[in-house]
Amino acid sequence: MTVLRVKDISILFGGLKAVSNFNMTLEEGELLGLIGPNGAGKTTVFNMITGVYHPTSGEIEFADKNGKFQNTTHMKPFQITQMGMARTFQNIRLFKDLTVLDNIRIAYHSNVKYKTFDAVFRTPAFFKEEAEITKKAIELLEIFNLGHKQAELAKNLPYGEQRKLEIARALATQPKLLLLDEPAAGMNPQETQDLTQLIRFIREKFNLTILLIEHDVSLVMGICERIIVLDYGQTIAEGTPAQISQDPRVIKAYLGEEVGLHA
Amino acid sequence: MKKNIANGLTLAAIAVVFTGIMTALVFFGVIDEYTAQILSLAGINVIVALSLNLISGFTGQLALGHAGFMAVGAYTTAYCIMKLNLPMFLAILIGGLVTAVFGLVIGFPTLRLRGDYLAIVTLGFGEIIRVIMINLEQITGGAAGLKGIPSFTEDILLAPALSLLWVFSVMIITIILVSNLIKSSYGRAILSVREDEIAANAMGINVFYYKMYAFTISAFIAGVGGGLYAPFFGYLNPTMFNFLKSVDFLVIVVLGGMGSITGTVIAGFVLTYLQEFLRFLQDYRLVIYPLLLIFIMLFRPSGLMGNREISILGLWQRLFKSKNQSQSKVDKAGER
Repeated sequence: MTVLRVKDISILFGGLKAVSNFNMTLEEGELLGLIGPNGAGKTTVFNMITGVYHPTSGEIEFADKNGKFQNTTHMKPFQITQMGMARTFQNIRLFKDLTVLDNIRIAYHSNVKYKTFDAVFRTPAFFKEEAEITKKAIELLEIFNLGHKQAELAKNLPYGEQRKLEIARALATQPKLLLLDEPAAGMNPQETQDLTQLIRFIREKFNLTILLIEHDVSLVMGICERIIVLDYGQTIAEGTPAQISQDPRVIKAYLGEEVGLHA
Repeated sequence: MKKNIANGLTLAAIAVVFTGIMTALVFFGVIDEYTAQILSLAGINVIVALSLNLISGFTGQLALGHAGFMAVGAYTTAYCIMKLNLPMFLAILIGGLVTAVFGLVIGFPTLRLRGDYLAIVTLGFGEIIRVIMINLEQITGGAAGLKGIPSFTEDILLAPALSLLWVFSVMIITIILVSNLIKSSYGRAILSVREDEIAANAMGINVFYYKMYAFTISAFIAGVGGGLYAPFFGYLNPTMFNFLKSVDFLVIVVLGGMGSITGTVIAGFVLTYLQEFLRFLQDYRLVIYPLLLIFIMLFRPSGLMGNREISILGLWQRLFKSKNQSQSKVDKAGER
C-alpha cells in the first residue's frame, strides 16, 4: 500500500529553483534513501514533505491514519505530524533546557484528552492521564537506553544520545512514516554502525516506513532497499543500491567527470 | 491517587495558614499600616509580573504592554463596582475576563511577529489602550482620573488587613494555578514553543494557537491584578498605566528569572519594598535603584532563580516527613 505520493513538486527561492519536478512514492514498510551532494536539495524536499515549505508547484499526498489520501501540499507542519508523519533535523533541534523526559512527553501532547481546566484544578483525569503519558515516555526511553537519564537536561547529553533522543521524540508522536535527516552526521564509524542497528530495530518494532537523507554511503547502502539520487534539485538516478553505485551519472555527480585521460 | 489528594490538601492548608497569619499580624498591628500597604502593593505586582512571566518567560514572547492590560482590568472592575453595583469578587473576575478578550483581539495580529518586533507592537497597543482611557471620559473620567472607587471595606480600621487578605488570597491562588498549568501537558506545549518553534511544530504543537493561549491567559491574570488595583487605591488615572509601569513588571520578571515562578514572587516583593526603602536617599533613589539592577544583571544574568523553582510542598516534606524522602524518580523529573 502506498503511504506517500509526491507529484512533480518544484520550489523557487527568489530566482533559484532549489528543487524541480521531483517525484516520489513511498510504499508501506519501505526504507528509501535520498542522497546527493551538498546543496542538491535533499533537505528542501524534506521540508516540503513536512510542511515547513510549501512547493511552488506540484502536489503532495499522504495517507492518513485510516489509509485515506489527503492533500498535504499546503498543510502546516503540526497538522502533518498529527496525521502520522514525524521527522528529525539535520542540526539537532531538541528542547535544550527541558529534561529528557519532558522532551518525550511534549510529543504526546496532541493526543492529550484532559482540558486546561483539569490541568489547572488538578482533577483526577489530569493525574490519570499524566501518569499514563509519563509511563509511556519512560518505556520509550528505556528502548533507547536513555531511561536512566530522564531527569537530565537535553543539552547536557552527549552528542550521540542527543541524536537518539531526537529519534525517540519523533517516535513518541506515533508516526507511521519517519523522516530522518542525516542521522549519522558527526558520528564515528562505530556510532554509525550502532545507528544502523537502531534504525533496523525501530523499523521492525514500530512498523515504520522510513525516508532517510544521508551522506554516509555505508549507512545508506547498508540498509536502504531503494535510493533516489538528487543533484541540482533534480532526480538523476533511482534504483537499488547496487544499481545506483554503478550509475555513471551518480559517479559523475559525486566524483566529477573523467577529463582527457585517454587522449 | 491518595498521595495526590494529600499533597493538594497540605498545600491548601499551608496557603490558608500563611494568609491567615499575615492578615492577623496586620490586624493586631504587629505589621504597621505602611508596611501592610507595601506588602499589598507587592502582591499586586507579583500577580501582574506572573502574568508577564507566563508569556515572556515561559512562552518566550517578549511583551511590553502589560500596563495596558492592567488598565483595562482596573477600569472595568471600577465600572462594575460603581455603576453596576456588583460584588467585589464578581467585579474583579469580569475585569479579568474583559481583559482576556482584549488579549485575544490584540494577540491575533501581533503574535505572528517575533522577538523585538512583538515587543514594539505590544508596547504600541499598551499605549493605545492608555490613550483610549484618557478619551473615554464618560466611563474613565478622562485625564482627571476616576475618584471614589469603594475600597475592599468601608471600615477604616479593618481596611489594611482586609486589603492584604484580598491581595494575598488572589496572589496565592494565581501562583498555584499558574504553576499547575506549567506543570501540565499544556505547560509543556508552551515551553516547547519557547525552546524551539520549528521543533515544536514538528511535534504536532500548533505554535500560533499556544502563543494565543498563553497571551490570553496572561491578559486575564494581568486584568485581575488591575482589578485589585482599583479598590486598593480608590483612584485611577491613565498615567498610572504608562509604559514605565510595563517596564517595572519586566524588571521584576527578568530579575527573578525568566521562566521561574518562585523568582517572580521573590523579585516582586524585594523590588517593591526596595523602591520604598530607598526613599530615605531622596532623589538619589533614582540612581541607586537602576545601579542595583545593572549589578545584578552583570553578576546574575539569568536572574535570581534562573528557571529553577522552590517547591513549597517539597520544603514542607523535607522538614516534617523525612520518611517520605524516597519519592519516586518520576515525581522529581515531573517537578522539573
